[in-house]
Amino acid sequence: MDMEGVQLSLISKDRLERMSSMEKLRMILDSVKEGKIVVLESGLSPEEEAKLIELTMLEIDHDKFVGIEVESYPPKETFFSKLFGKKTGRLTLIGPANRVKMLSKQKDIITAMVQLGDR
Amino acid sequence: MGLITSLKARFRSIFKWFFKKDKMRIGIYGPPNAGKTTLANRILRDWTGDVIGSESEIPHETRRAKLREGVKIEVDGKTLTIDIIDTPGIATKIDFHDFLKYGMSEEEAKRRAKEATEGVIEAIKWLDDLDGILLVMDSTEDPYTQVNVTIVGNIEARGLPLLIIANKIDLPNASPARIKAAFPQHVVVPISALKGLNIDTLYRTMAEKFG
Repeated sequence: MDMEGVQLSLISKDRLERMSSMEKLRMILDSVKEGKIVVLESGLSPEEEAKLIELTMLEIDHDKFVGIEVESYPPKETFFSKLFGKKTGRLTLIGPANRVKMLSKQKDIITAMVQLGDR
Repeated sequence: MGLITSLKARFRSIFKWFFKKDKMRIGIYGPPNAGKTTLANRILRDWTGDVIGSESEIPHETRRAKLREGVKIEVDGKTLTIDIIDTPGIATKIDFHDFLKYGMSEEEAKRRAKEATEGVIEAIKWLDDLDGILLVMDSTEDPYTQVNVTIVGNIEARGLPLLIIANKIDLPNASPARIKAAFPQHVVVPISALKGLNIDTLYRTMAEKFG
């Protein structure tokens, strides 16, 4: 198909629950480094987010890959999170920093701009 | 905070009372250019007459975590002894092009960018060795960023005591209220580290939270 655009991968909660943390982070970084945008239905845990930032820093090459843009809603408190103190992640968008730009973020609306080519 | 987490925190405070550490390790965290080093310098100048590092408007000026041990803060007759760790700013992207506009050569900008990436990793690693956090945010900026949300989430997951510092209240468009609204579950102290505004309230709150 001869069509120019940005590839989006929408990963379901079921799929994310079957993956280990490293599998998730590797899949995200590999996709983003290829210029794709990944949307996770259930997001990442805070520890996974920190690990993703660490891995991103290791892989920035100051040429093609300058980092990631991550946008998500803050974790929501549920009955189980109140009991165990562990909040679950929510819808999260991750893309290459040179293509995705966050325009505004409110409590329940995130607006982002995706550029077709590199800047 | 979860019921079990709050119970754990209560047990921890009882445990701390019995086995009280003689000093706490407090990390200063935040995104680049929030004023972390300015705050660290303000605390050190006030209590030791010294400074920890250079302050700059160029992002990622601090690219190595800096430790200053045994800082004694005296509030209302009580003494709080802390080690201060001024950490590099945490970011999800570091583009060397951003440094070129400050008049750096490409080589210099790339070196700074590389050191900045290492600094971010170091800041994250330090989280496992701390007893409390001062999270510095710029009151003139939108606090609802992924970096802030990620740092707060990691501090909560580790059960560390946290104070959010709404810095730069001396600037006309500062809005500490926006920070309070974004993180209602945490104590927010509005200050200007540069001008020393409301700094006594910060020391009093630190003594309550970390003492």
